[in-house]
Amino acid sequence: MNAPAQPVLEVRNLSKSLGGKLILDDVSLTLNKGELKVLIGPSGGGKSTLLQCVHYLHRPDRGDVFLEGRSAAEMGRRNICAFRQEIGMIFQDFNLFDHLDAENNVAIALRKVKGLAKAAALARARAELDRVGLADKADLFPAQLSGGQKQRVSIARALAMDPKVMLLDEPTSALDPDLIGEVLNVVADLARGGMTMLMATHQIGFARRLTREIIFMENGRIIETGRPDDLLAPASESRAAAFCAKLTELLGH
Amino acid sequence: MFDLAYYQTLWPRLFSGFWLSLSTIIPAALAGLAIGVVVGTVRGAMFPRFLVAPLNAYVSLFRGTALVVQLFVCYYGLPQLAMWLKPFFAARGLPELWRIFYLSPYAASVLIFALCSGAYHSEYIRGAILSIKKGQFAAARALGFTQAQTFWNIIVPQAARRAWPGCGNEIVYLIKYSSLAYIVTFKELTGTAMTLANSSFRYAETFFAAGLYYLFMTTLAAWIMRRLEKAYAVPGFGRG
Ligand SMILES: Nc1ncnc2c1ncn2[C@@H]1O[C@H](COP(=O)(O)OP(=O)(O)OP(=O)(O)O)[C@@H](O)[C@H]1O
Ligand SMILES: [Mg+2]
Repeated sequence: MNAPAQPVLEVRNLSKSLGGKLILDDVSLTLNKGELKVLIGPSGGGKSTLLQCVHYLHRPDRGDVFLEGRSAAEMGRRNICAFRQEIGMIFQDFNLFDHLDAENNVAIALRKVKGLAKAAALARARAELDRVGLADKADLFPAQLSGGQKQRVSIARALAMDPKVMLLDEPTSALDPDLIGEVLNVVADLARGGMTMLMATHQIGFARRLTREIIFMENGRIIETGRPDDLLAPASESRAAAFCAKLTELLGH
Repeated sequence: MFDLAYYQTLWPRLFSGFWLSLSTIIPAALAGLAIGVVVGTVRGAMFPRFLVAPLNAYVSLFRGTALVVQLFVCYYGLPQLAMWLKPFFAARGLPELWRIFYLSPYAASVLIFALCSGAYHSEYIRGAILSIKKGQFAAARALGFTQAQTFWNIIVPQAARRAWPGCGNEIVYLIKYSSLAYIVTFKELTGTAMTLANSSFRYAETFFAAGLYYLFMTTLAAWIMRRLEKAYAVPGFGRG
């Protein structure tokens, strides 16, 4: 870590109202290359909305997102589609394409968006499925996969686009407890491999082990940020520590 | 009671009616499906907005009125409209466009069947589009799909699979209600059977034979639909 930090993603002063209510209030953050930052906070705090605004799935009311220095706010509609290609998004409920088998779920964007030939796209798809440990499930449809497998396919689908950043919105909260591990292992592998990621999660233990910065969000604002050991130490008296203590009490781990 | 000798002469004589029925059903089914796809897509996507209300009105009108009444309005009612328009056109030296309202029995039947069937198809297609989960659109957008790419690669393949059983049924219904064309004097299968029966007084044999022709058409249609449904079956969709 001697090289000067290069910001891959910069979020500047994002605000967003939905249904007349202020959901995001002047949120800023920076992700350097190879960094994993974890978003935590109570339900309804605006984590999903923030990730969706970063991805321009919601257009923010104010503020801007920079990917490697390029401003999203200044892009036209065409370029926004290209901008989205470079940011991988993982959803809580997977959102695999129901009519396609695993390998075609991964291949379709390669073919239709990136313009790869079918054979090349399928070869890449199989390589990505192999990377998430699903080489033998390539021809199964979403209805035939477990939740953990579906989430790993969706990670393979995002990785195939060679994203510069990955946004993960509670990738394990729709999963049975015994399936959470397989998905977290894939995310941990990505982190070790140097993928730049911003992840919303309630898996505090996992966050502690892998991230160097936790971002605590409440009521649409970033309240606290810091290294997990500092922020979550019981003595720190931070809001984040109180929140995690309550979470641990509820979930029992 | 059944006269076999009469039966043998019956088949070829009904065949011309069968042929006319087919030549009504096939264009009406294709046009109806095309109308249904366009109307159903616009209504399902709520876009473009200014078209949604008129298309809703079209669907309510054709689903909410009796098919026989629709045929009567088209075949007997439109010429009356032409009569009113004629002096208006003549006075201004305009081309005789009012003539298009004089429809042949065949044209009136195909037109009404296509419009009626299109209204029903559009309901199935609209429902199929509305049943696609929001997450499918979000995932497509997140991968960088444009709206057109999302439409062709995600919405169409999913909606088509969901709508197909309903649309297939509608085509089977169309085969049967095509028999109503006889009341606007079109000599299709039922009309031909009526004429033959009236002159021979062999109602049982004649209509039984006509029924077999219909059964043949509906069975064939249902078989083709099922083959297609199976060919495109995907686990998690319909019977797949
Ligand atoms: N389309 C919308 N219209 C109005 N309000 C919305 C809309 N979408 C989200 N909200 C509101 O925005 C707030 C933040 O929601 P968001 O989903 O971003 O929270 P979150 O931190 O991701 O919560 P969770 O942990 O439950 O996923 C909530 O109060 C929610 O009710
Ligand atoms: Mg959320």
